[in-house]
Amino acid sequence: MAEINFTKLLVHLVVLVDVVLLHVAYATYFERKVIGHMQMRMGPTRVGPMGLLQPIADGIKLFFKEDIIPAAADRPLFYAAPIICLVAMLSCLAVLPFDPNHVLADLNIGLIFIFAMSSLASYGVVLAGWASNSKYSFLGGMRSMSQVISYEIAMGLSLVGVMMMTGSLNLGQIVAAQAASPFGIYAIPQFIGFFVFVVSMLAETNRVPFDLPEAETELVAGYCTEYSGIRFSLFFMAEYIGMIVMASIGTICFLGGWNGPFTVPYVPFFWFLLKIYAIMFFFFWVRATLPRYRYDQLMDLGWKFLIPLALANILLTGLMKTVLE
Amino acid sequence: MAALEQRSMEIPIPAQEKELFALKMGPQHPATHGVLRLDLFLDGETIAICKPDVGYLHRGFEKIAENKSYAQFLPITDRLDYIGAMANNVGYCHAVETLLNIEVPERANYIRTIVAEMSRISGHLLWLATHALDIGAMTVFLYCFREREILLDLFEELCGARLTTSYTRLGGVRQDVSALFMDNLTKFTDDFPTKIADYETLIDTNRIWLKRTQNIGVISGKQAVQLGFTGPTLRGSGVDYDVRKHRPYCVYDRLDFQVPLGRKGDIYDRYLCRMEEFRQSVAIIKQCLEQLPPGPIVNDDAPDLIMPITPQRKVAADSIGSSGIIQLMEDRNIYMEGDVYVSTEAPKGELGFYFVSDGEGRPYRMHIRSPSFIHIGGIPAICEGEMVADVIACIGSLDVVLGECDR
Repeated sequence: MAEINFTKLLVHLVVLVDVVLLHVAYATYFERKVIGHMQMRMGPTRVGPMGLLQPIADGIKLFFKEDIIPAAADRPLFYAAPIICLVAMLSCLAVLPFDPNHVLADLNIGLIFIFAMSSLASYGVVLAGWASNSKYSFLGGMRSMSQVISYEIAMGLSLVGVMMMTGSLNLGQIVAAQAASPFGIYAIPQFIGFFVFVVSMLAETNRVPFDLPEAETELVAGYCTEYSGIRFSLFFMAEYIGMIVMASIGTICFLGGWNGPFTVPYVPFFWFLLKIYAIMFFFFWVRATLPRYRYDQLMDLGWKFLIPLALANILLTGLMKTVLE
Repeated sequence: MAALEQRSMEIPIPAQEKELFALKMGPQHPATHGVLRLDLFLDGETIAICKPDVGYLHRGFEKIAENKSYAQFLPITDRLDYIGAMANNVGYCHAVETLLNIEVPERANYIRTIVAEMSRISGHLLWLATHALDIGAMTVFLYCFREREILLDLFEELCGARLTTSYTRLGGVRQDVSALFMDNLTKFTDDFPTKIADYETLIDTNRIWLKRTQNIGVISGKQAVQLGFTGPTLRGSGVDYDVRKHRPYCVYDRLDFQVPLGRKGDIYDRYLCRMEEFRQSVAIIKQCLEQLPPGPIVNDDAPDLIMPITPQRKVAADSIGSSGIIQLMEDRNIYMEGDVYVSTEAPKGELGFYFVSDGEGRPYRMHIRSPSFIHIGGIPAICEGEMVADVIACIGSLDVVLGECDR
C-alpha cells in the first residue's frame, strides 16, 4: 500500500514539474510576444509557426552552451546556488491547489511554507553573488538580499488580512472560505492588502520596476553576471517559476482560486490558469511601461509606505471583523 | 623636476580610498554608451570618487587631417559623432569655407540647415532612447527607433547613406533634394510632434522617472560654464548660449526659433531642454522647407573633390579662354595662411574646428573641439556623491558619444 502511494506521488510530482516547466517555457514566449506587440514589433516569429518553437530552441541552445566558471569563483557554492534557487521555487508548487482535488501536499501551513521557500530562493541569489567573486555579482546579491527581506515583510503583512478573514493558512481552505464570502473574492474587501501584495509581488520576483538585483544597465546582469549556459537557465527558470508561484498566491488569496462565474466542464483548473495568466500579463505590462526604481528609493517605498499601509490594513480588517460580529 | 611635478596632475589617491569598494565600470559595460571607462570608488552604493578614462576609440583623426586635403578629410568627420554625421559634415564644411573664403549658394545653405536639424532630431532620438533604457523604460527605446528609422531612410534617399553620410562638400552640398525627399520630410514634420507627445505620456510625469531624474546630477549654471559645457547640457542649467543664435551660420539668422532653457540643471531639466529642441528643430525644418529658394547647390569656384595639396589655380589654356581647355597653375596665394576657429551647434553641443594653415591644401594642424570630450570631463563633478544607479542616468543626460570624444 505504501509503495503504491509512493509511486503515485512520484508520478504526480513528475507530471507537475513537467507541466510547470512547460508553462515556464511558454511564459517566456508569452512575455516576448506581449511586450513585442506593446512595443510595435513582432516578437519571435522564425522558429516554427508564429515562433511557437522558440522556447524549445532557446532551451536547447542554453543547454549546449559552454558552461564557464570563473577561476576565482568558490566552486561548491557556485554550483549550489542555482540549484538552491530552482529547488526552493519548485517546492513551492507542492502546496498550490490547482483545483479542489489536485494538490500535492495539503499542508495546514501552506502560506507560511511558500514564504519560507521563496525566502530560501533569495538565499541562492545571495550565494550566487558571493560565490562568483565578481563585483557586479556581489552588488547584485547584496541588493537582492536587502530587497527580499524588506518586501517579504510587506508581503507577509498584506496577507495577514486574508488570514484573519479566513482563519486558516491552508490554501485550499482559503479558497473555500473565499467562495463563501459576500463578494466571492477577497480583492474587494481586502483592496489595500491586494495593492500591497501586488507591489511586493513585483519586488519579490525581481521584476520591473524592482529589477535592481539584475539591473542590466547598472550591474551588467547582477547576481548572474558570471553564469552561463545551463546554470544561467536554472536561475531563469527559478525566476519564472517564482512569477507563477506569486501569481498563484495572488489568485488563491485574492481572486478566488479555481472558482469562476461558471464551471467549465472537464477543465477544473480553467479559472485558476486564466487568473494566473492575467497576473502574468500584468507583470509583462508593467515591464513594458515603467522605468526602474533606484535602490534607496525602493527601500523608502517598502519601509515608509507599504509596511505602514499593510499594518493599517490589518487594523482595519480587525476592526471590521469585530464590528460585524 | 618640473616634468615630475606635472605628472602629479593625476588626482592623488586619498588615504581612505583603500577602504572604498573599487568598481571598474566599462569599457565593456552595457550602459556606458560605447567604450567609456569609469573608475568608481564606492562607499556603500554612493560614489566617493569617479574617474573617467577615455581613449579606447582613439583613431588619430587630428593627425590624419594633416596628411589629407580639406576635401578628403570630410568622410572622416562622419565618424566623429556617428549619431549625427550630417551636423559634423555641416560644421566641418562651414569651418573650411571660412578658412578658404568660399561662398556657399543660398539653396545649399538652406539644405544644410535642414539636414543639420534632421541630424539633431535623430541624435536626440537616440539619446532619448538610450537614456530611457538606462533608467529602465524599455518601450520608449523602441518608439524612438521607429521614428529614427524614418529619418535615416530620408538620409538614404538624399545621399545614399544612412549613417556615414558625407553629404556636404566644400562650397555646397553633394546632391540636390528630390521631390520624394521633400514630400517625406514634410510628412515627417507633420507627424513628429504627435510622436513627441507619445514619448512624453510614457515618461514625462511618470512618478518613477521623476524620482530618478529630479534633483539628481545637479550642476549650476556657473559650474557648467566653468566645466566648458555647451549645448543642451549647458542650457539645462539655465545658461543661454546657442551657437545658432549667438554666432549664426547657414541661415539660422533668418529663422524664427527659441532656445529652451532649464532652471535647476538636474537630469530632468536637461531632459526637458532636449524634448523642447525636438519641437524647435521641427519648426526650423518647416520654415526652411517653405523658404527653400531655387538655384545652384554648389559654388562653381569651390575646390574639387580631388583637391590638390599644392594650391593651383584654374586658368584658360589659351589667352582668350574660348577653347574651354583649362590649365592648372601653381599659386600659393589662394589659401589663407593663419589660423581660424569656427564652431557650429551640433546635437551634443558646440562642435568646433580649429585650423592652422600654412597656405597648403591641407591643414598644418587641426584640432576638433568635441563637446563629448568636455562633457566627460564633467562627469566627476556631476556624479560624485550620487549613487551607482545615478551614474548611468547622469552619463545619459550628458549625451556623450565616444567616437567624438576620442576622435
